[in-house]
Amino acid sequence: MKGIVDVSMASNLYRTMLRIRRVEEKISELYPSDRIQSPIHLSIGQEATAAGVCLAMDRTDRLYGTYRSHGIFIAKGGDLKKMFAELYARADGAAQGKGGSMHLVAPEVGLIGCSAIVASTIPVATGDALASARLGRKWVSVAFFGDGALDEGIFYESLNFAALKNLPVIFVCENNGLAVHSKVSSRHRRPNLYIYGEAMGVIGSRHDGNDVFDVYRTMTETIQSVRSGGAPVLLEFMTYRVKEHVGPGEDHQESYRDPVELAAAKASDPIRRAHRVLEELGITADQFDLWEEDIRKEIEEAVSFAEGSPFPDSDDLYRGVFKQPS
Amino acid sequence: MILNYGQALAQGLGQAMDHDPTVIVMGIGVDDHKSVFGSTEGILRRFGPDRIFDTPLAEAAMTGVAIGAALGGLKPVHIHIRADFLYLAMDQLLNLAAKWHYMFGEQSSVPIVVRAVIGRSWGQGAQHSQSLPSFFMHVPGIKVAMPTTPADAKGLLMAAIADPNPVILFEHRLLYYLKGDVPERPYETAIGPAVIRRAGKDLTIIANSYMAVEALKAAEFLETQNISVEIVDPVTLVPLDKETILKSVLKTKKALIIDTSWVTCGVSAEIAAMLAEDAFEALSCPVRRMGNQPVTCPVSKPLENEFYPSARKIAAAVLGMMGRETSGAAVGPLMSPFKGPF
Repeated sequence: MKGIVDVSMASNLYRTMLRIRRVEEKISELYPSDRIQSPIHLSIGQEATAAGVCLAMDRTDRLYGTYRSHGIFIAKGGDLKKMFAELYARADGAAQGKGGSMHLVAPEVGLIGCSAIVASTIPVATGDALASARLGRKWVSVAFFGDGALDEGIFYESLNFAALKNLPVIFVCENNGLAVHSKVSSRHRRPNLYIYGEAMGVIGSRHDGNDVFDVYRTMTETIQSVRSGGAPVLLEFMTYRVKEHVGPGEDHQESYRDPVELAAAKASDPIRRAHRVLEELGITADQFDLWEEDIRKEIEEAVSFAEGSPFPDSDDLYRGVFKQPS
Repeated sequence: MILNYGQALAQGLGQAMDHDPTVIVMGIGVDDHKSVFGSTEGILRRFGPDRIFDTPLAEAAMTGVAIGAALGGLKPVHIHIRADFLYLAMDQLLNLAAKWHYMFGEQSSVPIVVRAVIGRSWGQGAQHSQSLPSFFMHVPGIKVAMPTTPADAKGLLMAAIADPNPVILFEHRLLYYLKGDVPERPYETAIGPAVIRRAGKDLTIIANSYMAVEALKAAEFLETQNISVEIVDPVTLVPLDKETILKSVLKTKKALIIDTSWVTCGVSAEIAAMLAEDAFEALSCPVRRMGNQPVTCPVSKPLENEFYPSARKIAAAVLGMMGRETSGAAVGPLMSPFKGPF
C-alpha cells in the first residue's frame, strides 16, 4: 500500500466505490418502473476512477464531468438525496429537476457541472484553472471524460492552451474502450491515448483504472505536482463499461461486444479487488456487512426523499433563463 | 467628448477593468499593434499581459476557457475580429453558456462578454462578412445587442461586463468610422430598450446597427419628398423591446424592417412575426422586409452593391409602400468610401 494509502483511506475508497455500485444497482432496479424518466448512463465496473480521483481532491478543487457522472457526484461528496431527487426530476433535486442524470451538479463540494456533449467541459475546466491561477487560489481543476473525447478537436485545443499557460488542470480520461458502441481501435490509429497530449506539453501516463489504490496514489501525486506549479497532466485510466451505453441493461450478446470481455471484466472488478486487499489489511466480514447495511439505509432514505419531493411548479419552467442582476 | 466607435469601446473597456479587477480580455490579436480596430487600444500597457492576452486560433476551446474562467470568478471579454468565426464556437456558446444557469438550477451563471465584428464591403466576401445575431436569438439564454453609436458601444459594453449572464455584442465594421459624443465618465446603457433614432409619423423603419445609419440617410431624403419616417433601432435583440416597436407601428401603421443579414429566419423575420401577431389590425399595408439577397456574399463590387440593402434601396421601398413613384429615390452613399485593407 506504500505510504499514501492507509487503512482508513483504503476503507474510504472501498466504501465510496461500494456506494456508487449500490446506488447504480438501485437505479437499474427502479428504472423499469418509469419513475426515473430520463436517460441514465451507468458506470458499473468503473467505480475505481471516480473514487480514486475524487478522494484525492480537496473539497475546493473544481470538477467537471460528463453525462456518466453518478460516480463522481457521489465520490466528490454530493448529497445522495439531491441526486436521487434529480433523477426523479423533482424540485429538491441537485438542479431542481431541470438537469436530470446527465447534468448533475454540486457546487458546494466542487462539482461545477456535467455536460452531455462529449469533450465540452474540457476547455471549461481549463478556463476554471485559469481563474484559479489569476486569482491566486491553490485550487486544481479536473476534467473527467471518456476515450471518445479524444476524437473531438476541442480536446487538443484545450490541452494546448493548458500547457501554454501552465494551468493547474488535470485531464482524467476514463478509457472504458467504448464510445457508445465504437471501439477505440475503430477510431484511433494509436490506441495509447495518454500520449496524445505530450506533443503539446501535457504530461501523460496510463494506469490500471480498476485498481482504486493505484488511481488514488496516482491522482494524489499528480495533484501535488500540478498544485505546486507543475505542468498540466493527462491521466489515462483503463477500465471497462459493464453496462450498455445508456440504460440499465447489459448488452454483451450484441455484435459489438464479446461475452469473453464480460468475464474478464468481472474478474478484474474494482470492488472485488479492493475487497481482497482490505481483507488482507484485517477488515472483518462483520465490518463489510456493517458498511453494506449503512449504504443500504442511506440509499433507501435517498429514494424515499426523492419520491416524497414535489415536482417543480409549472411556473418554474420560466424561471432561470437569465440570472437577475444583484 | 467626441470619440469614434473603437475609441469608445476602448474607453469603456478600460473603465470596466479599472472598476473590476476580475475583468480580463482575450481573443486572437487583442493585444497586437492594431488592437482590433482600436477597440483595445492602450489596454495592454495599462493592465498588463495577465489581463489581456492573445489566444491560440481555437475559437471553440477558447470560448470554453472563457466560460470556465467565468465560472471560476473572472469576467472574460472574448473578442472575435470577425463574427464568422463564431460558427466555430457555437457548441460552447449554445450548448453550455446559454444553458448553464437554467440547466443547473440557477446555482451558477456564466458572465462572459463576446464581442464580434461584422465585416461588410471592401470585398470581405463569403466568410468575412456575416452577421449572426439570429442564431443567438433562437436559443434562450444569451443576451444579444448591436450597438449603433459610439455612445451605445461604450455603454452597452460596460453593461454587458456588469451583467451576470452571457452577452454577445455584434459590432458592425462600418460603424467604426462613426464619431459621436461619448460621456467620459463610466456609464452603463441598459440592455433591453430600443432607441427612437428619428421621430416621424408616416411609416416606421425598424433597423439596427449599420442599417439604422443607412435608414437615417434614407429618411433625410424622404423628408424632402414630404414623407415623415420614424426609425426604431432595436439596439438589444435579446431581450427584444417589443413595446417600443409596437408603439411606433401602431402610430404610423406601416412597418419596414431592415436586417443586417439574410431575412429568412432572421431578425426581421422575428420582428415581422411579432407585428403580425400583435399589430395586424392596425397595419394599413403589409409589413415589408429588406436584408441581404438570399445568396452568398460576393466580392465583386457591383454584385456586393446588389447584395446589400442601402439607403437608396430603403428610400425606394418606402416610396413604394407610400404609393409613390420609386424611380426618384436618388440617394447618394452615406459613408465616405473607405480603403482597405480592413
